[in-house]
Amino acid sequence: MSSKDFSVIASFLKDRSGLIINEDKTYLLETRLSTILREHKVAGLSGLADILRQPGPHAVKDKVVDAMTTNETSFFRDSHPFDTLRQSMLPGLIERRAGSRSLRIWSAACSTGQEPYSLAMMMKDNFPILAGWRVEIIATDLSPTVLDRARTGLYSTFEVQRGLPIQMLVRHFDQEEPNWRIKPEIRKTVSFRPLNLLEDFASLGQFDIVLCRNVLIYFDQPTKTQILNGIARRIASDGALLLGGAESVFGLCNTLAALPGLRGVYGHAGSPKPFVRQLSAAS
Amino acid sequence: MSKQPLCLVVDDSRVIRRVAVGIISSLGLRTAEAEHGLAAVQFCGTTVPDFVLLDWNMPEMDGITCLRSLRAMNLSPRPVVVMCTTENGLAKIREALEAGADEYIMKPYDRDVLLDKLVQVGLVERA
Repeated sequence: MSSKDFSVIASFLKDRSGLIINEDKTYLLETRLSTILREHKVAGLSGLADILRQPGPHAVKDKVVDAMTTNETSFFRDSHPFDTLRQSMLPGLIERRAGSRSLRIWSAACSTGQEPYSLAMMMKDNFPILAGWRVEIIATDLSPTVLDRARTGLYSTFEVQRGLPIQMLVRHFDQEEPNWRIKPEIRKTVSFRPLNLLEDFASLGQFDIVLCRNVLIYFDQPTKTQILNGIARRIASDGALLLGGAESVFGLCNTLAALPGLRGVYGHAGSPKPFVRQLSAAS
Repeated sequence: MSKQPLCLVVDDSRVIRRVAVGIISSLGLRTAEAEHGLAAVQFCGTTVPDFVLLDWNMPEMDGITCLRSLRAMNLSPRPVVVMCTTENGLAKIREALEAGADEYIMKPYDRDVLLDKLVQVGLVERA
């Protein structure tokens, strides 16, 4: 593949999804796209570049975006953000919202749904008080294909064994050999919507908590700033944002600041009263 | 430095034991092996492991009987028992949990699944 072909593919991916691919990551294109190129009888990455040079829709274009932006996920991925939510963020938020008895959470770039479903299961198990509340979990992703999968709530035996305690599998899933399907009572608490983080998302409304984990790492600096500013505008004045382990707002977004004592949690800068309950032993 | 946790791998297939032992020892834990439930119960009579990875279908004594025996022995400290079996029906999983299993792995599994379960039961810290 020539450098010219590479830059055609790279700029297509950046325009469509914001994904940044440097030339030293050519292997990523090869490993992730080879099956799709074969299925569509496209002659390698050069052949793909030729297709991308043509304007207008082409079946392979959407599939390429899907394949390059669908990222690994698992139930309760990294576990500690879920501990933070359970021990600190949700108890504080529930106290704070006792009047309105409603809360809204956004799982941005939810992929095949494990993150929002983990959240829904954890909330059902730990906060029975919420049964009488209006709780909205909005889960978005760029890819309609992964959202269709997420909506089915159907996972393989391998997928349900990654990060999901067996007690939760027994409690919240029905077996449909050889797969497992999350029960309707959990599934109905999550609403999935297609969303491109590069576009305007004001229509989503305000959220108390936003989870946007392991997403920003794929974007360049101006794009990170744009997305963080957009997210900040969607967070309630006392709300919070959870980022992935390798991510931060530092140097990217002045309106958000780390909440002391809580790893990966950010609130509005200067906001006097974030809802999170401080743990004495928090580290 | 305290001793690394001891894991007893119970399976009648030597190949499967070897795979599990390979993964577990690569995580820095000590391992021992038993080829069926009875051998596992005998082992635990002299040495209490921290963790037991337990197959279900085995000659001499099957895994669920072994699990019940281990729990009846009131070993101290109480070992973590993870069933690891091709029996992956919901009814079997419930039966094992009621008999005192802490976790459950459905075969076939891979390194990531075993690692996740070891993290969940607190034997390994997440990298």
